[in-house]
Amino acid sequence: MKKTRDPFWWTFFSAGGTLSALCLPVLLLLFGLAIPLGWVEAPGYEALRARIASLPARLFLFVLITFSLLHWAHRFRFTLYDGLQLKHLETLILAFCYGGALAGSLLAGILLWQL
Amino acid sequence: MSHRPRYRRYQPRLYQRRMPIFWWVHRAAHIRFITRELTSVFVAFGALELLFLVRALGQGPAAYAAFLAWLQTPVALILNAVTVLMLLFHSLTWFNLAPRALVLHAGGRRIPDAAVRGLNYAAWVVVSAGLAGLLLAT
Repeated sequence: MKKTRDPFWWTFFSAGGTLSALCLPVLLLLFGLAIPLGWVEAPGYEALRARIASLPARLFLFVLITFSLLHWAHRFRFTLYDGLQLKHLETLILAFCYGGALAGSLLAGILLWQL
Repeated sequence: MSHRPRYRRYQPRLYQRRMPIFWWVHRAAHIRFITRELTSVFVAFGALELLFLVRALGQGPAAYAAFLAWLQTPVALILNAVTVLMLLFHSLTWFNLAPRALVLHAGGRRIPDAAVRGLNYAAWVVVSAGLAGLLLAT
């Protein structure tokens, strides 16, 4: 049987699925709907920046963003394979999904580092 | 369903009926399955929005104000409304499947599915309240 790296990606898929399921709905509800629609007041720049620039918050955001993107990469890859029957484009799909996720993680690392 | 056979890279010698691209639209369960899989797109989109928030915070008060203003545009509001719905669907389906992925035993007995689900939902409530409290505290 061919050896694959799939177990490696499945770990990220599952950790990312759990992290995003726990954290993303409330964050997007706040910033996507509650704050722009005026249900709650937007946090001020200085206060929010200070809170997000703390080391634990930066680490948390890096892990959350990285794992969420890897979760997307893995799940979307199989959606394209099975849902859209695109298994023959495997190389392209792998490059797009995991490449995109890694690029996003790198960007997250740089932006959070510079904060 | 189309009946044109074709050769493929995988199992090329087997006769395979060609699956149409939209094979999943005929049954509610299949549509639910594809919707669940597509929630991952919104997970990625949510992560990217957080990335833009971080970038705006790094650039200064003007960039943060511009980001908040962008969030108020109709396009952003519609996009985020859909995103929130899809993220809720992701969380619900993820936690409901948790007992399948996480089989726990205590005292030689399997912990019932409902308890594993309950723990997941409880964690979800606690984390959500904690994050909202941290972000909105003045």
